[in-house]
Amino acid sequence: MIAEAGLAALWLAAAMAILQLGVAWVGASASSDAPLYLRATRGVALVQGVLVAIAFAMLIWVFARSDMSVLLVAENSHSMKPMLYKIAGAWGNHEGSMLLWVTVLAVAGGAVAFFERQLAPRTLSATLGAQAAIGLGFYAFLLLASNPFTRLNPPPLDGQGLNPLLQDPGLAFHPPTLYFGYVGLSVAFSFAVGALLVRDVGPAFARAMRPWVLAAWIFLTIGITAGSYWAYYELGWGGWWFWDPVENASLMPWLAATALLHSVTVLATRDGLRAWTLMLAVVAFSMSMIGTFLVRSGILTSVHAFAVDPLRGSFILVLLALYIGGALLLFATRVGTVKQGATFELVSREGALVVNNLLLSVILGVVLIGTLYPLLAQAMGVQLSIGAPFFNKATVPVALALVIATVAGPLLRWRRDDWRVLARRMAVPVLTAVAAAILLLVLAGDAGLYPILGISFGAGLAVGSLMPLVGRNLRRTPLYIWGMAIAHLGVAVSILGMAADSGFTRERLAAIPIGETLHVGPFSAKLADVAPTIGPNWSALEARLEVRRGDGRMFVLRPQQRFFSNPVTSTSEAALATRWDGQLYAVLGNGSDNGRWQLRLWWKPFVTLIWAGGGLIAFGGALSLIGRLWRERRKRKGEAQEA
Amino acid sequence: MRRALIWLPLVLFLLLLGLVISGIVKPGDRAVRSAMVGKPVPALDLPALVDGKPGVNSAALATGEPILLNLFASWCVPCIAEAPQLMKLKQQGVKIYGVAVRDTPEAMARFLNENGDPYAAIGDDGASQVSIALGSSGVPETYVIDGSGRIVLQHIGYVGEQDIAEIRAALEKAR
Amino acid sequence: MKPKHQRMLLAGLALVAVLGAAGLALSGLKDEAAFFYAPADARAAPPEPGRAVRLGGMVASGSIQRARDGVTIHFIVTDGKDSVPVSFTGVAPDLFKEDSGVVAEGHFNADGSFTATNLLAKHDERYMPPEVAGAMHKSETLEP
Repeated sequence: MIAEAGLAALWLAAAMAILQLGVAWVGASASSDAPLYLRATRGVALVQGVLVAIAFAMLIWVFARSDMSVLLVAENSHSMKPMLYKIAGAWGNHEGSMLLWVTVLAVAGGAVAFFERQLAPRTLSATLGAQAAIGLGFYAFLLLASNPFTRLNPPPLDGQGLNPLLQDPGLAFHPPTLYFGYVGLSVAFSFAVGALLVRDVGPAFARAMRPWVLAAWIFLTIGITAGSYWAYYELGWGGWWFWDPVENASLMPWLAATALLHSVTVLATRDGLRAWTLMLAVVAFSMSMIGTFLVRSGILTSVHAFAVDPLRGSFILVLLALYIGGALLLFATRVGTVKQGATFELVSREGALVVNNLLLSVILGVVLIGTLYPLLAQAMGVQLSIGAPFFNKATVPVALALVIATVAGPLLRWRRDDWRVLARRMAVPVLTAVAAAILLLVLAGDAGLYPILGISFGAGLAVGSLMPLVGRNLRRTPLYIWGMAIAHLGVAVSILGMAADSGFTRERLAAIPIGETLHVGPFSAKLADVAPTIGPNWSALEARLEVRRGDGRMFVLRPQQRFFSNPVTSTSEAALATRWDGQLYAVLGNGSDNGRWQLRLWWKPFVTLIWAGGGLIAFGGALSLIGRLWRERRKRKGEAQEA
Repeated sequence: MRRALIWLPLVLFLLLLGLVISGIVKPGDRAVRSAMVGKPVPALDLPALVDGKPGVNSAALATGEPILLNLFASWCVPCIAEAPQLMKLKQQGVKIYGVAVRDTPEAMARFLNENGDPYAAIGDDGASQVSIALGSSGVPETYVIDGSGRIVLQHIGYVGEQDIAEIRAALEKAR
Repeated sequence: MKPKHQRMLLAGLALVAVLGAAGLALSGLKDEAAFFYAPADARAAPPEPGRAVRLGGMVASGSIQRARDGVTIHFIVTDGKDSVPVSFTGVAPDLFKEDSGVVAEGHFNADGSFTATNLLAKHDERYMPPEVAGAMHKSETLEP
């Protein structure tokens, strides 16, 4: 009965979406009774959110109780799985993840309907209508092509979803985090479409959209940071970013969201960059959908072990074509009627933000081209792959230029500023960067160009990011200024980590017999023993490394060569020792006939800064979000009291 | 100039769409083929893993009657799930040889004690050399081998209730 | 600045960004795209030495030799028509073995040999090491 209840809730939610679309349409085109229709739309959107949340809860329930009479559960779960993975299994498959997507979408739509009180009724109606239209496509997909609640008769004794490779906490929570980000961008998209439809592009619309962009961006930042650390310790290659198509699929929406975040600020505070912000909102959501499509269809990942159904990818593609194509068509026909916003001089904060946006767009374009180029080559009958060398070469110089804009932006005044004043304000960060570069050239000139530039620029940005706080009364500084400073500081910290890792990593690879010692950086590691061990779903060879730093205390690292069952896979379980100034990373390789073991050691100075920086960026975003919402609330309260 | 620029995003998007559609229309070859079916079992000679049970060698596999060769391990959870089906096959008179992949005697003894022991012999494939030679894609995996030692069926993944018929049919055909 | 001029400027800048991205990407692609070669392709049209490419084929039987240092191996990749000697320093994948498929990432040397920086072992059509697929994406790729 649970599954049927879930299915019924899903159908009802889809019906609500149709209703919402209809009422919103009338509300958006009505001239006099717009507030009335908006009230109705609000109610319908709320009911839709609740219904689809019920459907998703039902799906989790059937997974939690291992109801094998539901096809999806039988295929993807097993009664012997730990509870965490039973529940995570609900969205660890195609149908479930689509239901999660539509759930977040509808709940977000409900939240927009409930909390947004500032926007003009017609604009909000149009926005909720667009949100309903997006939802409808996914409802159709779910109900017609991938129903998660299909029954299986007779039910099997147990399920087939025991693949141990899928049982990993990182995998359980990584996709939902990214989905929250993607769906947040869908709300921004709906706002943009709504504003275009009723020709109401202005600061009010930007202020309504901003929290959603900010929230989506925070989730994407967390998702990417966590994913990167996960790949770093799990893959055993010592790398933290592989430019894998699936990684790029999460990076591209983040780049677009970062650009949007900055341009929407210009629109909200200065009423400039109207058309560009609309464009970016469309691009950001299309990047989310393209990302989902690339992952789901599997067309780019020919090396992947198991075939993914291209039909399902096609459905997402049809939705992509409808929504993004439709939005771009709307943009092209309507943008001429969007009135020119406020103007500004080139040397101004707006100017710096425009530069920021352009550079981010360039990076986004490069990543997009690099990701899709193998597909283009395949269409022309050539097989090739695009790897890290391409992406590094094409993006790093642009990213360094972006750092300069990041320092300059917050130090500039809105509308117009003076070159000479800017130069004076930039003096401290620039001098810091130059000093760092000189110091590095003297002490470690062999580190390579990019690492030295990275550390120098990172140091300059670290100082520069705090400059907007200088000379302010820190206790009365608004929270969102703090948020911006901390997020920019996070970027600097990340860059410092990346540069230190690429410039100063020490690596040793050798085959040594038991009892012998290997040195890397300041560490010496003695291979004390290699012994087999057995885990819940794997068997492993485990090395015991007795490690000392200089003459310091001995500690033990236990890297493993792990073997999984189905499919037979061996993975290197790296052993990590984290110190304040970096990480020691140990991997056990193959044994040879003469009793020697391959051992690979890395000493990675300050590599942890990469993810610490990511955390700071997300934290800064969160502060900014809280600060903005707080301010809006206080302002509203003040207005209410005056009235 | 500006009019053209406004349409540029849509044009770029349509180009992208066309590219991606071409990728769907012309997908790469991802057929799943078992390389070893129809060929004789590679030469193997595995020592015994647990007390009181012989190991597995090539001679033992070519006995003139069809048998099952089951790759499994105590650390493999699906292997627990397929144990009841293997017991059922044993009761129907099917001879099952086990290859224990990367396992230890203690863990194996515990596994057999808890989940039943359908095996006529268990070979110790400590370095998974045999599973690699067999072209096995993982544990568990079950091969139907005819009397002359030729592989006639490779069953990937665990043997469920629904797979028994297929395996029995292959055994009958190999007779 | 007049509003109209500013709009033109912004639109122009956007165009510059798009073209810049395309230009940057294409110049990078010219240098860095790793083309896939079988030994026979490499004989017919050898890629320039030092360029990042992928070499795919079977590991010739009896060809794997381990160097004294224990971490370097030499072997021959063949496609039945031609063969290329390959050397690799590092941890070879578990399923790397003779008579089995392999994809080597690296570059050709002037003498026609190949230096691999990474090996991707391929056991049969079904199997690819998850490291290749990017183990972090197991959930998306291994689903039924």
